[in-house]
Amino acid sequence: MKRGISYTAAFMTLLQRDLRIAIRHRGDIFNPLLFFILVVTLFPLGIGPEPQVLTRVAPGIIWVAALLASMLSLERLFKADFSDGTLEQMLLSPQPLSVLVLAKVLAHWILTGVPLILVAPLLAVLLHLDGNSYGALMATLALGTPVLSLLGAIGVALTVGLRKGGVLLSLLILPLYIPVLIFATSAIDAAGLNLAYDGQLAILAAMLVGSLILAPFAIGASLRVSTN
Amino acid sequence: MWKWLHTYADPERAYKLSGTLLPWFACLAIAFIGLGTTWGLLFAPMDYQQGDSFRIIYIHVPAASMSMATYMAMASASFVGLVWQIKSADWAAAAIAPIGAIITFIALLTGAAWGKPMWGTWWVWDARLTSELVLLFLYLGVISLYASFEDKVLAARAAGILAIVGVINVPIIKYSVDWWSSLHQPSTIKITEKSTMTNEMIFPLLINMAGFGLMIGAITLVRYRAEILARNGMRPWVRELATAEEAK
Amino acid sequence: MTITNPSQVLLSANELTCIREERILFDELSFNINAGDIVQIEGPNGAGKTSLLRIIAGLSRPYAGEVEYLGENITRCRDEFNNDLLYFGHLAGVKSELTAEENLNFNLRISGYDDFDTTELLAKVNLTGFEEALAGHLSAGQHRRTALARLQHTNCKIWILDEPFTAIDKKGVEELEHLFIAHAKSGGCVILTTHQDMGIINNDILRKVTLDYRFV
Repeated sequence: MKRGISYTAAFMTLLQRDLRIAIRHRGDIFNPLLFFILVVTLFPLGIGPEPQVLTRVAPGIIWVAALLASMLSLERLFKADFSDGTLEQMLLSPQPLSVLVLAKVLAHWILTGVPLILVAPLLAVLLHLDGNSYGALMATLALGTPVLSLLGAIGVALTVGLRKGGVLLSLLILPLYIPVLIFATSAIDAAGLNLAYDGQLAILAAMLVGSLILAPFAIGASLRVSTN
Repeated sequence: MWKWLHTYADPERAYKLSGTLLPWFACLAIAFIGLGTTWGLLFAPMDYQQGDSFRIIYIHVPAASMSMATYMAMASASFVGLVWQIKSADWAAAAIAPIGAIITFIALLTGAAWGKPMWGTWWVWDARLTSELVLLFLYLGVISLYASFEDKVLAARAAGILAIVGVINVPIIKYSVDWWSSLHQPSTIKITEKSTMTNEMIFPLLINMAGFGLMIGAITLVRYRAEILARNGMRPWVRELATAEEAK
Repeated sequence: MTITNPSQVLLSANELTCIREERILFDELSFNINAGDIVQIEGPNGAGKTSLLRIIAGLSRPYAGEVEYLGENITRCRDEFNNDLLYFGHLAGVKSELTAEENLNFNLRISGYDDFDTTELLAKVNLTGFEEALAGHLSAGQHRRTALARLQHTNCKIWILDEPFTAIDKKGVEELEHLFIAHAKSGGCVILTTHQDMGIINNDILRKVTLDYRFV
């Protein structure tokens, strides 16, 4: 009996499992996406259809909607594993917990973050986003949404054992999202004015690296508390 | 030093020690705040630009500076509780959190009240006020997370992790908000243009800052003692204390 | 009691205290578990049996005291300990969206094994023909068996099983009992809770740790 499975193999096993489950449960992929689209369409109805106004607020609207959609979809990240006992098995696995946690967050990001990035340009058209800003929009979403998933997962891990986690979750993680929001929208604004925005992108990339390194440990520690 | 500290991890000793310290903190806090506030409000010279309305800094600045310090104190206590598994530290963190939230709220309120004569409006998205608002959210997150767990041992660990994640994020949030604010309002009036402040104005401010620190210390001790009793209700020494109190 | 090598203490509980919602479940509980032991934790509902098992497995942290694996605190040697631990909880750890085969495959791989034949292992727990069935469509007993198939392919010494016989038929219980005895004889240990009477594992080979319900 060999027990020589590598970290990569353990990572891939979990990633594949989560993707397979999601494909059998397609609603979980489409619901957050639908929510994202709906929130964005509500804004022109609320603030009026003038193209100049919409161009001005488009980056903010898209990003706030992305924050909310990310938070909404994260809520289910550990819930199913928690209630059927697979989470316990992961905690007791000889593989490092942070590797497993990272696989789960990556699966979640592939399922909810990537579709969101893909649909964002269409919504940008609806909001008359400045023509120069599309590149910045995609770049900030590609760098920023994984940060949202990683930071959000900490909050989810802390509340997974609680019955009334929903509202609490937003209080825990939305403040942590503020820096991402600020730098992402300002990069898009800068691009709209034909200014350089690589500084903002560099900061977002730094946040991504930082959260990739630190968040898995915080998520792991939180899961150990929640399953206590 | 470590050995000496460790004996105070015992709840009964921690309870007694905080009982001995409490009157000192309370008396000093009343003295400092009394002195600083009277001096600041009645005797300090008037600001030549802002008139008497500047005097709110004798409440606002101590509250704002203490709000951050209190967060650090709470997170440090949580860290000690998580790493060395000292429950007294967890209780201390739980005792501090609501006080920090209220101090932050006071800082926000006085900041807004100062904004009215300064900017003609109650709220401006000034970097300092915005950071303070986010700090309030962080406090509320820790408090509600602690309240959501039935089992307070777990609650303290969960809230502790959140407080520590918050500490890593506080500088990032602060920096990003400062940067954001400078981007959007390049012409904001700096509300603390310190160059014009004379010593006469600064001394009462420093006294009040010390007073606020002492006051937070005193209230923390009161809440800490209550927290120890609540968490050790099943221990014999607490029961003895309760029966002794009843007999009086 | 069949102690093959009395000197080998696999696990020891040192003055464990567990407090849940301000109620003391057990206070300063100490015991040793040796290689070759089959230990039943018994006590009424709410006495803290599951809590004790979770503390021994390292899932829960005791209020005070510690659990030692080969003389070292389990929080300090988590990797080695997890490598030697098979925990089977109240919740089976079976995903209803996956087939029996996929579930077993995942459960074993996450524990580090990669040399097994799921069809053969599922046959050992009488699930031949159900390999491709979604676990959500299986009966309660088959659901548990899917999870228990892990016991057929393991080299962990320490088995911690919370109510392993739930929803298992008489024949299945007997097979499990044989499996436990064989495991104990080969130098492992089994720690379990159950409300069912065991037929084969009788009081001669069974050690018991009894927890009382406390009101304070």
